[in-house]
Amino acid sequence: MKPGVATAARTHVRTIRTPEGVSFSLPLAGPVSRCLAWLLDALCLVAFAKAVQVVVALTGFISQDLSQAITMLLYFLFYLGYAMALEWYWNGQTVGKRLFGLRVMDVRGLRLRPSQIIIRNLLRAVDSLPVFYLLGGAVCLASRYAQRLGDIAANTIVVRSAKVAVPRIDAVLAENRYNSLRAHPHLAARLRQQATPVEADAALQALIRRDSLDPEARVALFAAMARHFKDKVAYPEEALAGISDEQYVRNVVDLIFRR
Amino acid sequence: MIIDLQKFIAAEQPFWNELEQVIARQEQDPYRRMSFDEIRRLHYLYQRASADLAKIDTYSAELSMRLYLESLVGRAYSFIYGAQQETVRFRPWQWFWRTFPQAFRRRWRAFALSLAVMLAGGVFGSAAIIIDPEAKAVLMPFEHLQMDPAERVAKEESGANEKRLGEGKTTFSAFLMTHNTRVSIFVLALGMTWGIGSVLLLFTNGVMLGAVVADYLRVGQSAFLVGWLLPHGAVEIPSILVAGQAGLLLAGALIGGVAAKPMGERLRAVVPDVVTLISGVALMLVWAGLVEAFFSQYHEPTIPYAAKIAFGSVELILLALFLRYSGRREIGLAVRRRLLGRWRKRQ
Repeated sequence: MKPGVATAARTHVRTIRTPEGVSFSLPLAGPVSRCLAWLLDALCLVAFAKAVQVVVALTGFISQDLSQAITMLLYFLFYLGYAMALEWYWNGQTVGKRLFGLRVMDVRGLRLRPSQIIIRNLLRAVDSLPVFYLLGGAVCLASRYAQRLGDIAANTIVVRSAKVAVPRIDAVLAENRYNSLRAHPHLAARLRQQATPVEADAALQALIRRDSLDPEARVALFAAMARHFKDKVAYPEEALAGISDEQYVRNVVDLIFRR
Repeated sequence: MIIDLQKFIAAEQPFWNELEQVIARQEQDPYRRMSFDEIRRLHYLYQRASADLAKIDTYSAELSMRLYLESLVGRAYSFIYGAQQETVRFRPWQWFWRTFPQAFRRRWRAFALSLAVMLAGGVFGSAAIIIDPEAKAVLMPFEHLQMDPAERVAKEESGANEKRLGEGKTTFSAFLMTHNTRVSIFVLALGMTWGIGSVLLLFTNGVMLGAVVADYLRVGQSAFLVGWLLPHGAVEIPSILVAGQAGLLLAGALIGGVAAKPMGERLRAVVPDVVTLISGVALMLVWAGLVEAFFSQYHEPTIPYAAKIAFGSVELILLALFLRYSGRREIGLAVRRRLLGRWRKRQ
């Protein structure tokens, strides 16, 4: 089985189509977030250089020459190996990338190989030309998948890897103890059949985010939604008596997402 | 039709949780070997999550649900299809004796090109110094190279430089290692400029080297020159050439030529060899740095030039033999056959 790769319609997303016929998207990280992550990594490097200076200075009483040589070698090794080691052990993340929710991935969505990690970091030498990653940044802006030269050579991309959890649908539906619309099963069936997935999701999202809306905006939004669903299926007056627009939308969502 | 999301989540969540646990375990230790039953289970869980994602895509537009399943399927996909790639533990001994020289031989054409560019630079540098000795200031940016060769030889043989280095040899050695490795990485990285940068750097290195050689030879200081350059140059110059080889390999994959494969595939094919070559270069430069700081800077009468030239020649021959023959399968088989034959005779 060879994994198939489909190109994304939008340039800030890498869409991969698996042989099972499903697609998943990897949101690409932009140059700004990558730059911030790099600044944080640069701070780590400076902190390490200071620490090495202090520790190795203690060995200066044995030999000043040896102490200077060790400092030089350690700093060089850390400068070169910092990102390589962390990206290997943390699956494509350094301290900066971890804090900004970024991750290096293979462009086909596969696991990173050590050679990819090494080459993308060695090529920082050319990406950082002439100063402050100007060349790498320009290539990143122009490239299809926001890749710098190191990423192009290594076939890697940097994606945003926010932790995604299972949505808490229960939090919305559990509050709905009594649903007057359930008294009319034939109308409920018609509503389920007529409501599109997009409409149902819009209603669900409005309920999930209700607390983040201003009171006036909330009233207006649920009034518009209630009107929309009432136009689809007309319930008798007694089923709607005494319930607010928001409660009506909640009942509709309850009917659609819970049978 | 819209699926009953609450029922759907309740039914499928145990499988998603199980898949998450399997992936997290593998992410923590990529070398962990899974049993056949574990692999079958992982495959089943992945296919189930994929089917769930397809269902969500078709029957529900619930965004956070889809994001969650996409992230889960994406992580599982990288493990299942990434397993087709070799996951081999790094073995330094095997890498040094087999992988590095084999990669060098496999990509010998790029090395030949790298050598040709540097030689062309050398010829240019020598010709420039012979035709116009005043060009020295432009061709050799280092102060100690700009003085008259005879004057420098007299100064070096008086031991002045040895005294100056005196207590700083370890630092000098560390400086040489890090500086030369940086330059080599730069030669490699400039391969991404379609090789133009790598070629320019190789050529300018050749120009400097050619100019120095011509400058010393024309005033009859050949013994000093060879005794000074050969001990560390026997490894340092080939290492720059190998870095150029790696850079030109990258450039070749970038340009493509007659290869019908897309650029990504071409780069994927050469990157492991590029990394092997540049790692070999780093190792060679550690040796060259030690030799340059602790051996090359001593001249007659401290160390006779003949001894220095002999040392450098042995290094060069060993390096050539290593790159030419080390890790050759037929040699390994012949040695094994001979040892087996002797053992059988004894039996």
